[in-house]
Amino acid sequence: MTGAPVTGARETGGEVTAEPVLRLSDVQVRIAGSQILHGVSFDVAPTGVTALLGRNGVGKTTTLLAVMGLRPRTGSVRLDGESLDGLPTHRIVRRGVGYVPEDREVFAGLTVAENLRLAERGTAEPRYDPVFELFPDLRTRLRQQAGTLSGGQQQMVALARVLLAENRLLLVDEPTKGLAPQVVGEVARVLERVAETVPVLLVEQNLGVVGRLARRAVVLNQGRVVHDGDATALLEDGALTRRLLGVSAETGARK
Amino acid sequence: MSTVVVLAVTGLGLGALYFLIASGLSLIFGLMRVLNFAHGAVLGVGAYLGWWASVHVGGPATARMLVAVAAGTVGSAVLAAVVELLLVRPLYEREVAQVLVTVGLALAIVALLSGIWGTDPKVYPVPSWMTDTSSVAGALIPHGRVVTVLVGLAVLGLFVLFLRRTRYGLVVRAGVENRAMVTALGIDVRRAFTLVFTLGGAAAGLAGALAGVYFGSVTPGLGSSLLIYAFIVVVIGGLGSVPGSALAAAVVGLVQQFTNYYAASGIGDLSVVLLLAVVLLVRPQGLLGRAL
Repeated sequence: MTGAPVTGARETGGEVTAEPVLRLSDVQVRIAGSQILHGVSFDVAPTGVTALLGRNGVGKTTTLLAVMGLRPRTGSVRLDGESLDGLPTHRIVRRGVGYVPEDREVFAGLTVAENLRLAERGTAEPRYDPVFELFPDLRTRLRQQAGTLSGGQQQMVALARVLLAENRLLLVDEPTKGLAPQVVGEVARVLERVAETVPVLLVEQNLGVVGRLARRAVVLNQGRVVHDGDATALLEDGALTRRLLGVSAETGARK
Repeated sequence: MSTVVVLAVTGLGLGALYFLIASGLSLIFGLMRVLNFAHGAVLGVGAYLGWWASVHVGGPATARMLVAVAAGTVGSAVLAAVVELLLVRPLYEREVAQVLVTVGLALAIVALLSGIWGTDPKVYPVPSWMTDTSSVAGALIPHGRVVTVLVGLAVLGLFVLFLRRTRYGLVVRAGVENRAMVTALGIDVRRAFTLVFTLGGAAAGLAGALAGVYFGSVTPGLGSSLLIYAFIVVVIGGLGSVPGSALAAAVVGLVQQFTNYYAASGIGDLSVVLLLAVVLLVRPQGLLGRAL
């Protein structure tokens, strides 16, 4: 697959007329001598969900980590036209980038309330009311240790942490991974509501969720962008989906 | 019975000193993944600053002792903060280099102390009420031992309050668990590094001055000999856990005293190492540590 041409080029994908909220240009990541990203370039639309797809190990999570300043990278990353290059992670967050990592990474030894308090950025009043409206369950579990929550509840804490503050962009990494089907639907519903007000770059394996949420899809393979275009068009093209992702939208949705 | 009581109080006093050193070491390692080999040298500086200050102020022995303790605590805290800002911070995320810097600094500071004040023991001001004894369950207990234990407990209380009740304490606890995620929530974790280094330095300086009072004198090598036991305490207690350090310090102090007395002098050190080996085999994350 190395060097495969980019399919569904940007102009055919249509609609990206407004300035992108995030623009990656030639982002490269090398870790311990092995090249993980070979010059990744794509835009994140200023509204709605942009999905970042690909098989396991193609560099999706590394791309998010590189944007967050959690992996050393070259190339340029711009948020609303402002460069994020060379900024430490906490400053990137304070520019308005919320990050929900793979495997949620709640602080297991801290209570739910403490997890949330850590996420207060101190710049504006933390928005607890809308967060509790989205996750009523959390209000009753504030004193519970986050490590004792179920996977779905931990995902709610991880999402609540970023939603307490005003963001210009959310990076969300596999939010439905390992969750029961019913909880997957719940997470998708929350993300759908969140995406009404803030653009989201979503890494997701569940193509059913992708189809429900994403307007655009960027596909990585072996550290390169191999497709960038309309998400629905991609998922409806069974042959293309199978070739790029190794799974068709139908089986993905049933998982 | 009286022997047991004396050994217990002496062991707990020693444990209190170990705890004062180990608590800072444990938090620094837990948060920053840096084994701070300079921690013993920071203690040595506190011990010598305390002694130096006590020589230069007049007044009764109690006042001079308090001055020594205050000077040692503040001096070591300042030194630790400067070390973090000037030497450790520029090597951020290069943990091997950070550890090497602390090793070099430890050697340099001990040489500096010997160069300035020589290697002879410096006698600490110890008021007579500290060496006086009271009878407890038939045993004659020196008051100084009890004071050391109480100071250790007070510092434990302060550390727990800091960790449980303050914003920075919350950042430290979270950072011990997952430092990258703390920064990914928009928190400049390096400020917590400086703070933890400074607090650890203060506790080490306090330990240095108290060790002077406890043993009656200080030498340039005081820090490095205590540091070894502090490392053992940190590992037994669980990296990053202050209550774990307190528990392990008490256990190590007691084991050392009792085996030295009932087995043979010198067996105490061996038994502590054996204890370490047993803990590592049975509970590698330490008594109150979280599984890594």
